[in-house]
Amino acid sequence: MKSVQFAAKFEYLDEIRDFVGEVARAGGFSDKDVYNIQLATDEAASNIIEHAYENQPDGVLELSCGMMGDTITIILIDRGESFDPSEIPLPDLKADLSDRKIGGLGIFLMRKLMDEVHYEPKPDKSNVLTMIKHKR
Amino acid sequence: MDITVQEFKHCDMIAVKGRVDSATAPQLAQALEAANDGGKYKLVVNMSELEYMSSAGFRALLAAQRNSKRYNRGEVVLASVPARIREALELAGFTELFKTFDDPLQAVGHF
Repeated sequence: MKSVQFAAKFEYLDEIRDFVGEVARAGGFSDKDVYNIQLATDEAASNIIEHAYENQPDGVLELSCGMMGDTITIILIDRGESFDPSEIPLPDLKADLSDRKIGGLGIFLMRKLMDEVHYEPKPDKSNVLTMIKHKR
Repeated sequence: MDITVQEFKHCDMIAVKGRVDSATAPQLAQALEAANDGGKYKLVVNMSELEYMSSAGFRALLAAQRNSKRYNRGEVVLASVPARIREALELAGFTELFKTFDDPLQAVGHF
């Protein structure tokens, strides 16, 4: 498992996507899966930067990523505000243009694009988000 | 990300190149708002050279569609949407909110 720390800023999303993309590509995922793994990781990191670290510009995002057999595991750790993903309402994908809510879309995409998404606030005040995808 | 705007008789074409994420989506939102503010409500978003778009970009498109459709026959349409981006838009249920065209000029002809 390779790990790297990023300042919790949107300007590092490019590097965050590159980091998981390299591991996924080397692990033999298809171009489509590599794109989707990068998208899910971007959505997860964006949520952490925007919501967990809303008022803390010095926040740190720790990203770990590795292959085990046919499975990629991506772990994002932050020390910002915890949130319960199950409390985030799923977007209504059938709603009309005027009723379409813009929140919750990132979490929805993470769940759709990855096989497993787990979120766990730890007693040491860190929050651990784990995402898993298997090769088909 | 790089944005260029081209004016046609009946619409404006906004070509988005590169990657749209939370860092760059505000620029896209700004370009779309600027078009609306300039009285342009018929917009083609040309994605032929777009490599990547996260939900931050989807939100910018949604806001522009809402704003444009408030005006008579105003509309945002998408052209040359790359396969990966189209799949993500479909997952998010966005393909029902935007007409899409394979070819940018075909999209221009829609207006």
